[in-house]
Amino acid sequence: MPTVTMHVFRGDARGGDFKEYRVEADPGMVVLDLIHRIQATQATDLAVRWNCKAGKCGSCSAEIDGKPRLMCMTRMDLFNEGEPISVAPIRGFPAIRDLVTDVSYNYVKAKQVPPLRIKPPEPDGTYRMMQEDIDRIQEFHKCIECFLCQDVCHVIRDHEENKRAFAGPRFFIKLASLDMHPLDTVDRSAFVKDAAGVGLCNITKCCTEVCPEHIHITDNAIIPLKERMADEFFDPVVWLLRKFRSKKKQPA
Amino acid sequence: MANQDYEVHEHDVIVIGAGGAGLRAAIEAAAQGVSVGLVCKSLLGKAHTVMAEGGIAAALGNVWPEDNWQVHFRDTMRGGKMLNNWRMAQLHAQEAPERVLELERWGALFDRTKDGRILQRDFGGHRYARLAHVGDRTGLEMIRTLQYHGIHQGLDVYMECTITRLLKDGDRVVGAVGYWRESGRVVVFKAKAVILATGGIGKAWKITSNSWEYTGDGHSLALWAGADLIDMEFVQFHPTGMVWPPSVRGILVTEGVRGDGGTLKNSEGKRFMFDYIPEFFKGETADNEAEADRWYEDKKNNRRTPDLLPRDEVARAINSEVKAGRGSPHGGVFLDINTRRPADYIKKRLPSMYHQFKELAGVDITKEPMEVGPTCHYVMGGVRVDADTAQSTVKGLFAAGEVAGGMHGSNRLGGNSLSDLLVFGRRAGLYAALYAKDFGGTLVVDSAQVEQAARQMLAPFERTGGENPYAIQSDLQDTMQALVGIIRNEADLKEALKRLDVLKARAAKVRVDGHRQYNPGWHTALDLDSLLTVAECSALAALERKESRGGHTREDHPYTDDTWGKVNVVVRLKDGRIQVSREPLPEMPPDLKALFQERK
Repeated sequence: MPTVTMHVFRGDARGGDFKEYRVEADPGMVVLDLIHRIQATQATDLAVRWNCKAGKCGSCSAEIDGKPRLMCMTRMDLFNEGEPISVAPIRGFPAIRDLVTDVSYNYVKAKQVPPLRIKPPEPDGTYRMMQEDIDRIQEFHKCIECFLCQDVCHVIRDHEENKRAFAGPRFFIKLASLDMHPLDTVDRSAFVKDAAGVGLCNITKCCTEVCPEHIHITDNAIIPLKERMADEFFDPVVWLLRKFRSKKKQPA
Repeated sequence: MANQDYEVHEHDVIVIGAGGAGLRAAIEAAAQGVSVGLVCKSLLGKAHTVMAEGGIAAALGNVWPEDNWQVHFRDTMRGGKMLNNWRMAQLHAQEAPERVLELERWGALFDRTKDGRILQRDFGGHRYARLAHVGDRTGLEMIRTLQYHGIHQGLDVYMECTITRLLKDGDRVVGAVGYWRESGRVVVFKAKAVILATGGIGKAWKITSNSWEYTGDGHSLALWAGADLIDMEFVQFHPTGMVWPPSVRGILVTEGVRGDGGTLKNSEGKRFMFDYIPEFFKGETADNEAEADRWYEDKKNNRRTPDLLPRDEVARAINSEVKAGRGSPHGGVFLDINTRRPADYIKKRLPSMYHQFKELAGVDITKEPMEVGPTCHYVMGGVRVDADTAQSTVKGLFAAGEVAGGMHGSNRLGGNSLSDLLVFGRRAGLYAALYAKDFGGTLVVDSAQVEQAARQMLAPFERTGGENPYAIQSDLQDTMQALVGIIRNEADLKEALKRLDVLKARAAKVRVDGHRQYNPGWHTALDLDSLLTVAECSALAALERKESRGGHTREDHPYTDDTWGKVNVVVRLKDGRIQVSREPLPEMPPDLKALFQERK
């Protein structure tokens, strides 16, 4: 078995540094396997989050050789033999310890999103939805909340001050999925504009590039949200029409 | 008084565990107007439910109008080889459809039928296509729906917080004590009622589909608090886990692959399941390939494919094929959907399987067969509960989901877990809230119990010498894999118990490096306590049951024995030792018994 050199960040909120570990890699291993092996044999207190080890729970996000990835889905054979591999915590969030960061920002934002409020059922008491009407939302529902999109988003990565009024790509797809939900009755346009701050996004697509679920975050969620916002708030014709027509959806 | 020394939170109801059962319980308790705390070991939304793939079994009758709760009840009981608590199986079958529709009202988007209703898929042991699903990521849809509904119901969520002991006042449970993973500080929860929703015990085995969290915490907490556990000998080895590469061994391959037309083959290319149809299921199982293949489209005139026999049957069959030398190159068998369904269909129906094999094994499942083999997946046994109220044998302590026993008998059908979480999660939340409302007297927490729990937690830091916790955990997993696996016998089980004693002695001296802040070595050391407890319960119960049934196969007692079909094996703590006894199953009423007299 080849021995791999790993440079793993060790430290906490006060600071830290990369520490070198040399560890054996078996065929087919992923980065998380090596982190576990270091934990079991060399550094039992090496802090790391993980759960499913199959790319389904989104717990083991890290920056591997500088690239945001899930450790459980990053195979060792991706790297050139002999070269050291660096594993750092996702930088967009405050450090807790080693590879573990404080992602509570995301849980705060999650709670702010105005929830689904559904229309009354059909006369037989059920709801009917056609597959073609939910295909796009099902794409958004694939989100595993790894928060890699939040990690790379320029608006907040190096701008702590923007976090207050910016929800980030994860919650843009959440907002888009609610808006496109066939049963929903809530108008979230003011929330999307002000509290979620979709206008701050300058469509660099970094979020889409790192999404392990390959969700088209920018094209399918953010751009439609931006277009709607432009129509709602900045199109004079729509503005005038709105003055005279009652809106279909209720404000959040 | 503990209040001065430790962070204390007080609620009417606390729920331990935030998977499907815990979230559903918390939502229901909050709906009753009581104050609810939801405590979970990981971040919210990461619990094991997120990994569930195939679907939620519920007799909605959308695809097959012939389906109804009686048929679902019958399938469930037969799948569990009649050892299920009949009342739980009945409530489950009756209430599952409403729980699924409720998820839809909370925002879940299941795959649709052509007329816009919830589509249902075939699964093992279910007579009709019954599983509401979203491709092969149903658990994700379920947990997100509950999570995003739950956060608006006024719950207090305590994330990355591990509970190590329940607190008692006399004969009733009045809270719990644990630690914050982030800071390592001790935290006390005072509560009138406690709901366990902690999932299973699968981390006691080496090859497992379960994550680090599945260390039997709730089973152990209940046992230590004086509650009964039942059916701990019944452990489900899911027939299809990944077998290669070694680092992914055990990761689940959904039964939906077979539900959607996939078939198991040995190294000779033979569909071997036709050789393993047990007498019990002969009447309802196709004995030739043509009929089996027709069944997918026409269930009225054909019998079910043996590829979809209940999981215990399929796991044993794969085990036998591999032992007979007809396995695949890496010690599994082949699961072929590539020659049976078009690539587009596979990608649409099984996107995460496609993704998982492509990324982790370099296998394109639309072009090549998968290699699969049994993996420890689920424990049927758990806390003995009242079927209607989910209350354990200890006052104020409730249990729902995998941690509760009885619902699935000796073997769980695929799809019945997610529905179990919803049905009994709701019931536990409801009855815990009602119990809390009726709670008489004042809520008193004994500081001595808190102190003792805190001392136990911190002991590993004070030791010098002693072993690395990971080494003990790994030896425990090897022991259970080798000696309390799919096929058991008396000598192995006795040997397992002997080794567990040695492991307990080693664990008592375990050493931890570093400090209390987010220290996984320390967390692993503390988890050993519950892991060793559930391992012992499982081995003791397996030794006691001298027959083969469902998820318990004894090569020295290879037959199913009617006298054993009338009893549960119960484990409880007495004078600090785990005691085993046999107690009669509740008697099924005649009207339900009649459902088993029909044809087939």
